[in-house]
Amino acid sequence: MTKIIHILIAAIVQGIPLLFGATGEIITEKSGNLNLGIPGIMYVGGISGIVGGYLYERATDTPNGFLLVLIPLLSSLLGSLLMSLIYSFLTITLRANQNVTGLALTTFGIGVGNFFGGSLLSMFGETGSIALKETGKAFRTTLPFAYSLGPVGELFFSYGFLAYTAIIIAVVAGIIFNKTRVGLNLKSVGENPATADAAGINVTKYKYFATCIGGMIAGLGGLYWVMDYTDGAWTNNGFGDRGWLAIAIVIFAIWRPRLAIPSAFLFGGLYILSVFIPGLTSWMKEAINMLPYLVTIIVLCTVSARKKRENLPPASLGLSYFREER
Amino acid sequence: MMEAKPKKEPLIHITKRDVMPLWKAILVRVIAIAIALAVSAGLVVILTQKNPLEIFSAMFNGSFGTPRKILNMLQDVAMLLCIALAVTPAFRMKFWNIGAEGQVLMGALASAALMYFLGGSGLPNGVLIPMMFIGSLAVGMIWAVIPAIFKAIWNTNETLFTLMMNYVAMQIIQICIASWATSGSGVMGVINLNTKLGWLPDLFGQKYILNIIFVALLTVFVFIYMKYSKQGYEIAVVGESENTARYIGINVKKVIIRTMLISGAMCGFAGFLLVSGASHTITKDLAGGMGFTAIMVSWLAKFNPAIMVGTSFLLVFLDKGASSIAMECRLNESVGEIITGIIIFFIIGCEFFIRYKINFRSSGKEAAK
Repeated sequence: MTKIIHILIAAIVQGIPLLFGATGEIITEKSGNLNLGIPGIMYVGGISGIVGGYLYERATDTPNGFLLVLIPLLSSLLGSLLMSLIYSFLTITLRANQNVTGLALTTFGIGVGNFFGGSLLSMFGETGSIALKETGKAFRTTLPFAYSLGPVGELFFSYGFLAYTAIIIAVVAGIIFNKTRVGLNLKSVGENPATADAAGINVTKYKYFATCIGGMIAGLGGLYWVMDYTDGAWTNNGFGDRGWLAIAIVIFAIWRPRLAIPSAFLFGGLYILSVFIPGLTSWMKEAINMLPYLVTIIVLCTVSARKKRENLPPASLGLSYFREER
Repeated sequence: MMEAKPKKEPLIHITKRDVMPLWKAILVRVIAIAIALAVSAGLVVILTQKNPLEIFSAMFNGSFGTPRKILNMLQDVAMLLCIALAVTPAFRMKFWNIGAEGQVLMGALASAALMYFLGGSGLPNGVLIPMMFIGSLAVGMIWAVIPAIFKAIWNTNETLFTLMMNYVAMQIIQICIASWATSGSGVMGVINLNTKLGWLPDLFGQKYILNIIFVALLTVFVFIYMKYSKQGYEIAVVGESENTARYIGINVKKVIIRTMLISGAMCGFAGFLLVSGASHTITKDLAGGMGFTAIMVSWLAKFNPAIMVGTSFLLVFLDKGASSIAMECRLNESVGEIITGIIIFFIIGCEFFIRYKINFRSSGKEAAK
C-alpha cells in the first residue's frame, strides 16, 4: 500500500511540470498558435527563477522566506513572458511561420538555460554548481500537517504550493474556456480568425494574450522543476525532453485543460514507472519510456479519424492570420 | 447638436506586396543578418569582455584553424545540408514534417543493424554497403510515410504526428542498444572496428570525402527535381493551394504520399551517411538535433538548394565558432545556440518586410476628404 502511494506521489511530482507546460500550450493553441517553443520557454522559466533566486541569496545574509519565493517567481514569469513576446511578435505581428519560429525559440531557450546554468557562477567568480538551498526550501514548504496524517495525507498534502497552483490553473482554464465569453471568443479565434474578426473580436489581442499567458504558465513548469523537484539546483539539460512530452499531453488530453490534469499524472507515472517495477531488463525500461509517445500518436490518429468536431485540434492551428488575405 | 466625429484611419495599414525585386529582397535579408550579427557580437562582447576582432579570429580558428578542422566542418555542413535537402520537398508542399530527426535516426539504425548482424557473415563490403544503403532508405521512407498516409486519409495533424515519431524512433534505438550492447553498458561502441565492414572507404586517405561528394550530388539532384521535373511542379502547386491543385487534376493525396516517401528516403540516406561514412556507431543523439536545425536551414533558403549550401554553412560556422569562443573564455558552449537563435529570429522577422508593405496614414488633403 505505501509503495503504491509512493508511486502515485512520484507520478504527481513528475506530472506537475508537464501539467504546467500542457495547460500553457493548450491556452496558446486555442488561439491558433502552435507554439513549439514551449520546451525552450520552460528552460528559460527555470533558469530565470534560478538567476533571480541566486541574486537575492547573494545580496542578503538573512533571506526572508516570502521574498525567497516572490523574487524567483517574478523573474521566472518575466523570463517566459519575454520569450513568449518574441514568438508572438514574430508570428502574430510579422506573420512568420509558426513551426520555424517555435523550433528556433526552443533552440534559443535551451541555449539560454544551459548557458546561464553553466556560466552563472563563473561570472561571479565562484566555482562549483548552482544549488540554492534556501530558495529550494522555501518553495518546498508544505502544509504543516502534511506528514502527520499518514500516507493519505502525504499523497494529498506533501507538495509545495506550485503543485497546487498547477492544478488550480488547469481547472480555471477549463472553466474559462467553457463558461465565459472570453473563452468562447478565444476558441473562435483559434477555429476561424476571419469569422472572429468579422464578429468584432480583436484577433491580434487574443492571440497575443493567449500566447503570452500560456508561455508564462509553461515557464512555471520549469520553475517547479528547478526549485521544487531538484531543490534549487541546476544541471544542464536536466529538464530533458519533458517540454515535448507536455506538447504530447495537449494532444492526449484532446485540448482540454481539466483532462490534462490526470493525463499529466499518467505521463509522469509512465516516465518513472520503470524505476518502480523490479526485475526489468534495460531494454524493457526503454520500451516503457516509449509508451507516452506511442499512446499520444494513437490518440492523435483516433481523434482525427473519428472527426468529432469538439475533439479536433483548433482548425486554424499553425496558420498566421492576415485580414486582407483570402 | 454634437457632430459625429469621423473615425480616423489607422496609423499603419499593411498590404501584401506583389513581388519585391530580387535585389531589394536580398538587400533586406543582408541587412537583417548584419543587424543580427551586430546584436550577437554585442552580446558576446558583453559576456566575454574581449574585443570583437579577437572573438572573430577565435571563431575563424575554431572552424578553419587546421585542415582537420576544415574537413570536420565540411562534414557537418554536408550532413546538415543533406537533411535540409530531405525536408525541402515536403515543406515546399506545406507539409510540416518536423520528424526529420526520427527519420534520419531510423535510417541510421537500419545501417547500424545490418553492420552489426552481418559483420561476421563474411559478406564483402561490395554487397554489405549497398544493402545498408537500401535498408536505410527503405526504413527512412517507412518512418516518413506513416504520418503522410494518415494526413492523406484522415487529415491528421502532421506536425504533431511527426514530432512524436521522433521520440518513438529515439526509444527504439535505445531498446536496440540495450539489447545489443555488451554487458549492459548502454553504449554501442564502434561497430566492426577491426574488420571495417560496412564502413564507407576513405578517399585520398581522408574520412568524410565520400560523404561530401554524395551530398553535393544530392544537392544538384534536388535542385533539378524541384525546379524542372513535373513532380516538382506538382509539389509547388499543392504547396500554393490544394484547391488549385485539385482543379487542375493533381491527385493531392498521391502527391503528399509520394513526396514524403522521397523526403523520408533522403533522410534515411543521411542516416546511412552518418553511420557508414562517419560515426560507425549508433546513439540516440547521432542526429544531434540536426533534424530540427535542417528545417530552419531549408526555410531560411526559401527552399532553394543552392542557397541552402550557404545557410547550412552559416549555421555550422556560427555554432563551431561560438563553441570555440566559449572554450577560450571558459563560458558554456551553449552560447552557440543563443547566437543561432538570434540570427534565425532576425531572418524570420525580415521576411515580413519582403512580403508586406507598410503604408502610413497619409496626412493632409486625403484625410480631409
